[in-house]
Amino acid sequence: MQTALKTTSIKQKTNQALGVNLEDARISKSYLAVAFIAVLLGGLLGLVQGLNRAGVLTLPAWANYYQVLTAHGLLLVVVFSAFFTIGYFYAGLSHTLGGLLPKVRKIAWVGFWTKIVGFVLVVIPVLMNEASVMYTFYPPMAAHPMFYFGLVLIVLGVWALSVGAFMQVAHWRKNHKGQHLPIMAFFATGVFILLVGATAFVAVEVLFLIIPWVLGWTDGINVMLSRTLFWAFGHTAVNIWYLTAVSAWYVVIPKIIGGHRWSDLLTRMVVIPLVIMNITGGFHHQIVDPAISEGIKYMHVFMSLAIGFPSLMTAYALFRVFERTARQKGGTGFIGWFKKMPWGDVRFLSPFIAMVAFIPAGAGGIVQSTNQLDQVVHNTMWIVGHFHLTLGMSVVMTFFGISYWLIPYLSKRVLTPNMNKVGVVQTIIWTVGMVIMAISMHIAGLFGSPRRTSFTTYGDFAEQLGWNPLMAAVGIGATLLLIAVILQVYAVFNMMFFAPKGETEFPIAEEEPGAAKTPYWTERWGVWVVLMLLVISMAYVIPIVDMIVNAPPGSPPFKTW
Amino acid sequence: MHLDEKIWLFLSFGMIMIFMIFTGYQAVALEMGPPSHKETIDPQKVDQTAPFDNPGIKQIGENEYEVVMTLQIFSFTPMDIEVPAGSTVHFTLTSKDVTHGFQVANTNINAMVMPGHIQKISQKFDKPGKYLVLCNEYCGAGHQAMSTTITVK
Ligand code: HEM
Ligand SMILES: [Cu+2]
Ligand SMILES: [Cu+2]
Repeated sequence: MQTALKTTSIKQKTNQALGVNLEDARISKSYLAVAFIAVLLGGLLGLVQGLNRAGVLTLPAWANYYQVLTAHGLLLVVVFSAFFTIGYFYAGLSHTLGGLLPKVRKIAWVGFWTKIVGFVLVVIPVLMNEASVMYTFYPPMAAHPMFYFGLVLIVLGVWALSVGAFMQVAHWRKNHKGQHLPIMAFFATGVFILLVGATAFVAVEVLFLIIPWVLGWTDGINVMLSRTLFWAFGHTAVNIWYLTAVSAWYVVIPKIIGGHRWSDLLTRMVVIPLVIMNITGGFHHQIVDPAISEGIKYMHVFMSLAIGFPSLMTAYALFRVFERTARQKGGTGFIGWFKKMPWGDVRFLSPFIAMVAFIPAGAGGIVQSTNQLDQVVHNTMWIVGHFHLTLGMSVVMTFFGISYWLIPYLSKRVLTPNMNKVGVVQTIIWTVGMVIMAISMHIAGLFGSPRRTSFTTYGDFAEQLGWNPLMAAVGIGATLLLIAVILQVYAVFNMMFFAPKGETEFPIAEEEPGAAKTPYWTERWGVWVVLMLLVISMAYVIPIVDMIVNAPPGSPPFKTW
Repeated sequence: MHLDEKIWLFLSFGMIMIFMIFTGYQAVALEMGPPSHKETIDPQKVDQTAPFDNPGIKQIGENEYEVVMTLQIFSFTPMDIEVPAGSTVHFTLTSKDVTHGFQVANTNINAMVMPGHIQKISQKFDKPGKYLVLCNEYCGAGHQAMSTTITVK
């Protein structure tokens, strides 16, 4: 025991002294490079959409709006967020668990190429206008079979990476009996468990319902069941990116502002319920669907709102950390912390704005989860405004903030004061753009403007309902955003290949000195997974059995674009 | 735990419970639950199945109308409905092909209409005027053209 402890602490020290393991760094850099190329392309398409809906851009015949929107959704939620999350957590696992095991490294590369090949298979039919089905691909719209084969490969890639992460964690735990998993690895474990849980649903949908149907082996598809399985995945996926951002808020940001972490126990107690209760939130995308009883929908309001609780705990914890740190630095008064924060440091500024954005974003989420309020905004531009706040600000701005230390750390370079300035300017432009775009989208939605709809005036209704100035503002926001995207991608590749050489640390905050020891029960992942499965069964068994037993005759495939 | 943290957690919990209670109250006491009709239909035989073999508007009481409507790419049947001000309209809806959305701007009508399923939603129209009916779920190349009107006189 003693010697085991000593060797690992030596290993961890060498790891810190020598900086990042180069082979591990190559893995994370590859994931991040793909992620930021996806942002660049996705942002470009976003601008096209924004300008089209503002009424100033007519799309050419070879690229219709729905094709563009399908690609935008896929690039940003399937590629960018996923590749960033994996690159970030693999770097975190390597750093806090003493380097990746050789076999885990191999798995990471297999996963990478499986995902890339899968994505290419998805993109080809999208480019050929054979798969303009949106990233939600609701049957009975049917894309080219290649689209679905690509999705299967993407899921297999995710599973490979999850297995790799679990092997790494299991190995560490075997050699550190009785110790707590380092907090970054604890978050990573939760995220990879959720990734497996979420993708399991979409795998069932694609493998057992859609592929046999598009290949003509079955005549009809169960439309409700496919949709329900999709949202068990789709909703969880989005929450996984959020949990990834939260990990940086708890673990990294306190270090960047020179403070200590929030209570270790409470941090872990935020991760655990987010893992247990997450997947059941999917039903809030189906509040106005037929074939689900009001009783089930009501139970699901509760399940969705319950996730709000750990988020509210997080809000408290973070502002408390800011306040404490500021007091140590001599800040006084109720909002004294405000003056002591490093506002000029992009590594703080960008995630800080992300956190602030989560206040209206979370409030909007609570609103939409309640049945009657959802009925007002469902499938309107309000929803698009909502997820550009949650994803486009809370998650993405945290990811951007991370990139300004993670990429120099991985490439053994440094963040120069000039690059920091680029980052600050980028952060401000992105914030202004997103705020303009998201607010206009929310209001246009309240006035009835639908999402996923290319430019149309509905006769003179658009004018009469007051959508036009709001959609023009969406176009302005989109233009600012593209400028910010270009700055961000420039910064990423500059820091990856051209910035001055040097050592950058992986910032992980320490606990408060003299903090109480965290009880060991927080490490019982087996129990958490069983609880998660129980909650999922509670939520899904009854409605899914109902949808199968009382299913109407199936629908044949349609290509309506 | 600090006292202020306890207060914060208590308020958070309270807020979530209040939203729950309101949602339940509206659903049960005010009968404002979301559209959740559970009947099914053969999606390939909509035209032959009652009541959709005879879509249209029918008066069913004083100030009460029933509209039986099919949605298909990229139109509604019937189109351009007219009702007198103050009437309550009960919509019975299904899709003949892919998933559509049924939304009437400036009202609370908003429901998913899916093949194989019959959806129902009701609304009282008090204010005279022309209302925009639109499909709010992407359904294909002409989705942006899928709209009609309800005129309240
Ligand atoms: C350059 C920045 C961006 C611009 C200008 C932009 C703009 C837009 C617009 C105009 C829409 C379409 C609205 C509609 O017709 O329904 C849209 C949809 C969407 N955006 Fe963005 N966006 C940007 C960045 C992002 C980011 C960073 C994310 C997430 C990480 C994101 C995720 C989505 C998703 C998931 C959709 C919905 C796709 C669908 O309905 O299938 N966007 N965006
Ligand atoms: Cu969701
Ligand atoms: Cu439509």
